[in-house]
Amino acid sequence: MSTNLIEFKDVSFRYGEDQPWVLKNVSFTIDEDEWVAIIGHNGSGKSTIAKLINGLLFPQEGEILIDGKKVTEDSIWDIRKDVGMVFQNPDNQFVGATVQDDVAFGMENRGISRETMVERIESTLNAVGMKDYLLTEPHRLSGGQKQRVAIASVLAISPKVLILDEATAMLDPNGRKEIMQTVSGLQDRQGLSLITITHDLQEVVQADRVLVMNGGQIWDEAEPRKIFAKKEELREIGLDVPFVAILADALLDAGITIAHEPLNHEELLEDLWTLHSKT
Amino acid sequence: MDITFENVTYIYQKNSPFEHKALENLSLHIESGSYVAVVGHTGSGKSTLISHLNGLSIPTEGKVKIGKYALSENEKINDMKELRSKVGVVFQYPEHQLFEETVEKDIAFGPENFGVPKNEIKTRIQKIIPAVGLSEDLLERSPFDLSGGQMRRVAIAGVLAVKPDVLVLDEPTAGLDPRGQKEMMDMFYQLHKEQGTTTILVTHSMEDALKYADHVIILNKGTKYMEGKPEDVFVQREALNRVQLDVPEIVQFISEFNERFDTTIPFQNQSMTELAQMIQRTLKGAESP
Ligand SMILES: Nc1ncnc2c1ncn2[C@@H]1O[C@H](COP(=O)(O)OP(=O)(O)OP(=O)(O)O)[C@@H](O)[C@H]1O
Ligand SMILES: Nc1ncnc2c1ncn2[C@@H]1O[C@H](COP(=O)(O)OP(=O)(O)OP(=O)(O)O)[C@@H](O)[C@H]1O
Ligand SMILES: [Mg+2]
Ligand SMILES: [Mg+2]
Repeated sequence: MSTNLIEFKDVSFRYGEDQPWVLKNVSFTIDEDEWVAIIGHNGSGKSTIAKLINGLLFPQEGEILIDGKKVTEDSIWDIRKDVGMVFQNPDNQFVGATVQDDVAFGMENRGISRETMVERIESTLNAVGMKDYLLTEPHRLSGGQKQRVAIASVLAISPKVLILDEATAMLDPNGRKEIMQTVSGLQDRQGLSLITITHDLQEVVQADRVLVMNGGQIWDEAEPRKIFAKKEELREIGLDVPFVAILADALLDAGITIAHEPLNHEELLEDLWTLHSKT
Repeated sequence: MDITFENVTYIYQKNSPFEHKALENLSLHIESGSYVAVVGHTGSGKSTLISHLNGLSIPTEGKVKIGKYALSENEKINDMKELRSKVGVVFQYPEHQLFEETVEKDIAFGPENFGVPKNEIKTRIQKIIPAVGLSEDLLERSPFDLSGGQMRRVAIAGVLAVKPDVLVLDEPTAGLDPRGQKEMMDMFYQLHKEQGTTTILVTHSMEDALKYADHVIILNKGTKYMEGKPEDVFVQREALNRVQLDVPEIVQFISEFNERFDTTIPFQNQSMTELAQMIQRTLKGAESP
């Protein structure tokens, strides 16, 4: 058994023969239990990667392996059983007439028992704060409620690979935090390759590794701290760094040198405290 | 155009078992030429509120006044089109407002519909395309063959092309990359300053509300929970937490710093540079423990 759950080998993709390449020689691996954040400017190819992983698209060049199996027209039905994906716009994925049916749908397809289904509908909708909406039609939900239900539906199938394509973009910071806690809780409990595509820098700092896309190519790949140390270069490709990294820079200008690139408030406060105690 | 909500209640699917009260007895006033942010938890009624501004929803009870137009159960507007030429709305999900065959036709649809001459539309499009960060070679593409962020930019371009007096933005930067978020917000602000566009922004970014708006309205369960100047509202942590909202990150950091160092750095809507200097002075001035 390999621990590489996902492998892209020299993958190139374009949406048509007369269209430009949108992915060029992309190679990377993602381990089981790993959380990888994919960031990059609009149109850099992030959603295309997601669609290639669950076989909504197939590459013209290179190959993609999921759990050692090559993604092809034949293998894709099997592979999709293990892959849960939330799309950028949840309207594109609702299939049930009610919220409850929608969460049930993915489980039915995977032959999960009635009993477990009932349990999971309740627990996942509860986890995303939507348990009062069991009988609501999905199209009658607010923007953020739709995202919450879409996330419940994929959590319910308990996938091995979970891809969240800007799945929390319509939530407030607090709501985002809660949802990501739920997801990473699931990852801790039962193991899961987690791929989050996001423009939310707070979310990126929590990942194990960051893949930075630029113009269809991998621009860099490293842990968040190393990525966010490249402030100016990131800005050049349309990205930015989190609040604490900007403040650390401003502190440097004010004559306070922070020892290492902070990723969150506690780290920055800790560094300031150490400095303060020394003087 | 001044905008007023007078005791507005809005009920979805009224008189059915699924009846849902999304706004309840809501009154508010938005002055012509102001920049107002609307903030609130998931499902608090923000999108419902703004759907009244271009007559997409009519109050179940109460009245909405937009300039000379009044909307209520018994006063239906005959000229909805005129209202919609003055109030431009960017919806929460951009797909909901794209429908033409090509990006160019999509952007031209609004102004064409409101009788703007063809050559004037061309000029407008040429200006808007770079302003929203799109590249010219996407103009002939179907708007559905775009990335999420590109669709968002097209949807925004289509609304701007009408040159509305009132610009209503429902989370307009969701899906944009960090540079796009900043450039787009700066552009809306510039329109607001230069053209006097009344701007109503629904956002989850307390930072944006703080940076751009003169007034913020906090909704909770369809009612007005708080309102005021952003710098006054966003320091009230407990009140915000009660409706599942957070203070902006800078306010949060300052309070954590003060707690840790037993200091009293105030929040004054200061820049990062100013904050860094305050921290520097505080650390230098304070006795070490
Ligand atoms: N169905 C399609 N047909 C043709 N081109 C497409 C299609 N979908 C996307 N593209 C193009 O492929 C490129 C990559 O798109 P993709 O959706 O992967 O970007 P992304 O990184 O997810 O961007 P965003 O942050 O805006 O969501 C873009 O230039 C886009 O215009
Ligand atoms: N078409 C509809 N039919 C019935 N109920 C609806 C409909 N649209 C919204 N609602 C309900 O009305 C309430 C307010 O929804 P609204 O879309 O105004 O919220 P919101 O503040 O914009 O939330 P979000 O931040 O999630 O976009 C929610 O509880 C929602 O479920
Ligand atoms: Mg995308
Ligand atoms: Mg909304």
